[in-house]
Amino acid sequence: MWRVRTVTALRDETATARTIVLKVPDWPSHVAGQHVDVRLTAPDGYSAVRSYSIASAPNQEGSIELTVERLTDGEVSPYLTQELGIGERLELRGPIGGWFVWRPRQTEPIQLVAGGSGIVPIMAMIRSRVASRNAAPFRLLYSVREPGAILYREELRALSTQDHSVTYAYTRTTPKDWPRPPGRIDAAFIADTIWPANVNPTCYVCGPTSFVESAAGLLVASAISPEKIRTERFGPTGDRK
Amino acid sequence: MSSQRFSYLDGNAAGGEFSYMFVHDITTAAGQCSFCGTTRPFAEAHLYMQGPGIVARCPVCEHVLLRLANVRQRLMLDMRGMTHLSFELSDAQEPA
Amino acid sequence: MGIISRNFSGRRSGTDVKLPPGQYLTTDFPVLSAGPTPRISLDRWEFTISNGSEVLRRWDWKSFRDLPSETVTVDLHCVTRWSKFGTTWEGVSLDTIFAGINTDAKYALVHSYGDYTTNLPLEDLMKKQAWIAFRFEDQDLAPEHGGPARLLVPHLYLWKSAKWVRGITLMHDDQPGFWESLGYHNYGDPWREQRYSGDE
Repeated sequence: MWRVRTVTALRDETATARTIVLKVPDWPSHVAGQHVDVRLTAPDGYSAVRSYSIASAPNQEGSIELTVERLTDGEVSPYLTQELGIGERLELRGPIGGWFVWRPRQTEPIQLVAGGSGIVPIMAMIRSRVASRNAAPFRLLYSVREPGAILYREELRALSTQDHSVTYAYTRTTPKDWPRPPGRIDAAFIADTIWPANVNPTCYVCGPTSFVESAAGLLVASAISPEKIRTERFGPTGDRK
Repeated sequence: MSSQRFSYLDGNAAGGEFSYMFVHDITTAAGQCSFCGTTRPFAEAHLYMQGPGIVARCPVCEHVLLRLANVRQRLMLDMRGMTHLSFELSDAQEPA
Repeated sequence: MGIISRNFSGRRSGTDVKLPPGQYLTTDFPVLSAGPTPRISLDRWEFTISNGSEVLRRWDWKSFRDLPSETVTVDLHCVTRWSKFGTTWEGVSLDTIFAGINTDAKYALVHSYGDYTTNLPLEDLMKKQAWIAFRFEDQDLAPEHGGPARLLVPHLYLWKSAKWVRGITLMHDDQPGFWESLGYHNYGDPWREQRYSGDE
């Protein structure tokens, strides 16, 4: 179940987040939204396991990418974002999960709602849509603390060709001259930015547990049916487990 | 908002541990709570994973659905909190 | 065991204090839980001793706090392998709680708010080995660490120190609690590394 994988590249996404590219020669392929479990073992045998969403779309190249956010008091993320080097190895288990996934055969409109590092599996869905040339209309609502925390900013900018396709919400600090004060997303924000209920989108909500509960609640209150909402919760700080 | 109110993960987080036991992905399986009768996908269960084992609770009534512990490389699974767990064997090739 | 990750040590510190076997020393205080943190208001809180058919003693918060308490410094050992040394607690000794209660029961089943339970021999609660603790490091015990009050039995693994304690049932026959019924050791002495049932 656990396989040893080699790091082939590293890419800093923000001041605190790093993408790790791993070679996975006999990968059974994955579906956007799935995650892997990573196991680290210290020389004295102490080990820690954490889950990280796969950031990359399924591809034929035998590689996957994980984007890891460094938590200040994290036990594993400081190692992954600052110590792990190219050519070194990680133990991985996966791909895991069949609920919070998007497959190219889906044709319905999609509403994506990401809080903080919840953007990672959602970005895999966006990338998978691009790679498969799927024509389903996507909208993304992406909530972050401050502009510097946005992951994949340039890639999202290139994709946001239509109104509302990518909307940012800032909870602590906004960009200069931003029309809205910082704050958590609320019913008015949802009403202005997401697909209207009559479009009948399938919704994916991912982020810290409190974000997911709040955002999913707002979606339901906006007349989206609960069966159309798929959720994935990261821990209170955004770290899984 | 106290982060302690939201100290749980969801069933997605247990996928890796359950892959030892179930060939089929557990997150899409539907489970019925034996206390309140709610039936939901296991992905929506509230998961408490930081203690000596995994505890999954009903998202509606918070009663324990199942408990899983790795006890000297023996996996102990107690599912008395669920009346049933159902897996759909559809045409979809669910990745394990 | 898998590959070694260069320079990974986790959240532990090196030291030469004596640890029980298989434990690592930590300086933080992990919050481990089997369920949501119960929110118990002090005007509803109570602690009872029962014998399974009747309540022998009951305290509300005021009468509980009127009991003599003491401050102790103890080491904590969690079965998930972390140990934390030199923690200071204020609590009421179980010797005080049980003063005047006559019983020939040998076992205790401890109940928490929520559905957590743990079992231990009654004699392990006596003779200055256990407290109902309500203050930690000079502050009121925080909810995530078991407040308003938790059991503290430092000579056993920390899962026996039930958080959000609400009562003890005295029993003639032992009955496994929440983790004991899932394969964890019935007694749980960290110095004999009794983590799982079947460990000697």
